[in-house]
Amino acid sequence: MAVLRTLLYLVVYPGLLFLFVYSTFCEWFDRKVYARLQNRMGPTHTGRFGLLQPIADFVKLLAKEDIVPEAADKRLFSLLPVFGLAVVSTAGLLLPVWNIDLAAPGMTSFSGDIIVILYLLSLPTLILFLAAWSSTNLFSTIGGARVLTMLFGYEVPLFLAVLSPAILANSWRLAEIAAFYQKKPLLILPNLLGFVIALIAVQAKLERTPFDIPHAETEIVGGTFTEYSGKKLAFFRLMMDIELVVASGLLAAVFLGGFPGGPIIGFVHFVIKTLFIIFLLALLRALTSRIRVDQVVRLAWKYLAPLAVLQLLIVILLKGFLK
Amino acid sequence: MKFQIPIGPQHPALKEPISLRMTVDGEIITDADIRLGYNHRGVEKVAEAKNWIQNIYLVERICGICSHSHSTCYVQGVEKLMELAPPKRGMYIRYLVSELERVHSHLLWLGVAGHEAGFDSFFMYVWRDREIVMDLLELISGNRVHYAINTVGGVRRDLDEGQKAKILEGVATLRKRSEYYLHIGANEPSFVARIAGVGFLSLEKAIALCAVGPTARASGWPRDVRKEDPYAVYDEMDFEVGTADSCDVLGRVVVRVKELLESYKICEQILHKLPPGDIAVKAPRKAKPGEVVSRYEAPRGENIHYIKSNGTDKPERLKVRAPTLGNYPATVEMLKSGFIADIPLIFASIDPCICCAERAVSLVNIRSGEETIVRLSDLRRRSIEQHKNAPPKRNAVWPF
Repeated sequence: MAVLRTLLYLVVYPGLLFLFVYSTFCEWFDRKVYARLQNRMGPTHTGRFGLLQPIADFVKLLAKEDIVPEAADKRLFSLLPVFGLAVVSTAGLLLPVWNIDLAAPGMTSFSGDIIVILYLLSLPTLILFLAAWSSTNLFSTIGGARVLTMLFGYEVPLFLAVLSPAILANSWRLAEIAAFYQKKPLLILPNLLGFVIALIAVQAKLERTPFDIPHAETEIVGGTFTEYSGKKLAFFRLMMDIELVVASGLLAAVFLGGFPGGPIIGFVHFVIKTLFIIFLLALLRALTSRIRVDQVVRLAWKYLAPLAVLQLLIVILLKGFLK
Repeated sequence: MKFQIPIGPQHPALKEPISLRMTVDGEIITDADIRLGYNHRGVEKVAEAKNWIQNIYLVERICGICSHSHSTCYVQGVEKLMELAPPKRGMYIRYLVSELERVHSHLLWLGVAGHEAGFDSFFMYVWRDREIVMDLLELISGNRVHYAINTVGGVRRDLDEGQKAKILEGVATLRKRSEYYLHIGANEPSFVARIAGVGFLSLEKAIALCAVGPTARASGWPRDVRKEDPYAVYDEMDFEVGTADSCDVLGRVVVRVKELLESYKICEQILHKLPPGDIAVKAPRKAKPGEVVSRYEAPRGENIHYIKSNGTDKPERLKVRAPTLGNYPATVEMLKSGFIADIPLIFASIDPCICCAERAVSLVNIRSGEETIVRLSDLRRRSIEQHKNAPPKRNAVWPF
């Protein structure tokens, strides 16, 4: 029974199959919200309400010609998309959905998994940089440099913001943090500032407007992805979609009280909370224009990082007060 | 790390082919170079083979956005050559289309500026409202892009009361929307952060490099042919020249939105004052020998047509100086010491119309990589020289 449960966990929910289907659904949701905010229709044609559009895009890309540039580091160039996909899917397994026992930590939920998931979510950025660098295109190189420059900006505020609820809950385990806030829902409120900071940092991590600098098409064509095509580009796009799901799942687990109630009610919690976060991210995407890379770093260190420290301070003071 | 990045001839930021070669040091541009000649079509040469009327439709096709400005500029010149005085009503309708074209061009530009800055929502909204003015132009002329409303001696279509009412209604909606866009363009923090202080062009530089149109006006130089050399109906209109003194892309956004608001004012005045009468007078087939220079304030700046007649029904020479050409030297100045991220914004800020400005080709010697810019007349001379010693063509013999 335990083996079956683990298999289900790995392959079906929240494993690969679920991540694939749900991340394409989230892309559809994001596109639809973005389009409606811009007074457009968004996908309508493929499937009901255009629901199958992201899957159709994925399949179409799989069938396209796959070109590896002559000057590129061919092995690295081809390996990176698969590696990236594996990394974010692994991160997805660490979300505290249902196969967890609060008393007995296991492979998918253990003390310190919040650090591991943050680490696994940082890896795609490095993968994007390597992908850009190994393709040797001028535009990719500039894109890769921008990816790394941005990383130095948003990573620290993101870590500080995500860790402050953990400090209040006195645990480094996602399931325990979620359980703590389920028991005391009012304590979610002091973390609101951290939630906003984390939202902005996640937006930057996912390279969406106003932080779509590494692949700003009007400046540097495809940026990091300039030389990618066909299957490899499809995998990279799927990687970004899954990263969107995992990052919003992480924020939901840490800031919005997780997904209680076993497989079915927990699933409903998961969908509603992640969609809420994706809605906020889409709103941010529609309301802003792309800023420059130096402005990102300035924003991160002038405003986000000090505010994240302030959030930590609030949490520490509150913790002392509660005792 | 210093390297050269090629923006164009094919690049997502460019809607038409042009080559910008940027020498960059990391993210900062140290040198800029503009190469033209990817869209040379030989319009001026073709014009010499067509008669006065046919040429209206030819020059209209120089540009897809300011098509009316080229045909009006040409027609103005031809009317001067033929000593024609078009009737008042025809003139009013012609310049009504002019102003509506300016509105559509500036709205298009606003959307493009939003897109270049990565502000796609702005782009979508502005272009949605641009449909209103496109529909109005279709209502007047029957066409959305090449209006074909000009003819030598007046215009080809009249306006009725129903159309007047519809245009007034559309203009009122557009005014409300434009005020909103002025508010967004000058206040949305991430957008302003992207465009304020970018592409600086001081007043002295603007004058020295002969910038024209909104680019010059955004540097605080109130140049507008409609004001300083009022042609046709503009001396009867009450309007102001919108300027800004911030000398950057933000200034160019503000100037263009101000011009939109002034254009609505002019449209309303034209419609309210529209006199009764004929819309065109009959034009002769031939023009007297002579030459004329015609100036016109196109949406992008001053448009100049030089026309020379030798007394036949065709022009001997037609020379077009599109406003974009006048702005290229200023663009190079603006691009220097900017960021890579600013290239599309700065280049778009002059509202470039590349196909308008293509009047020469650059030749590259494949063996040596050497480049030379030549004019069409030189090309022709060279080709004649090259084929001088070629064996004479035999007369074609029909096989039957």
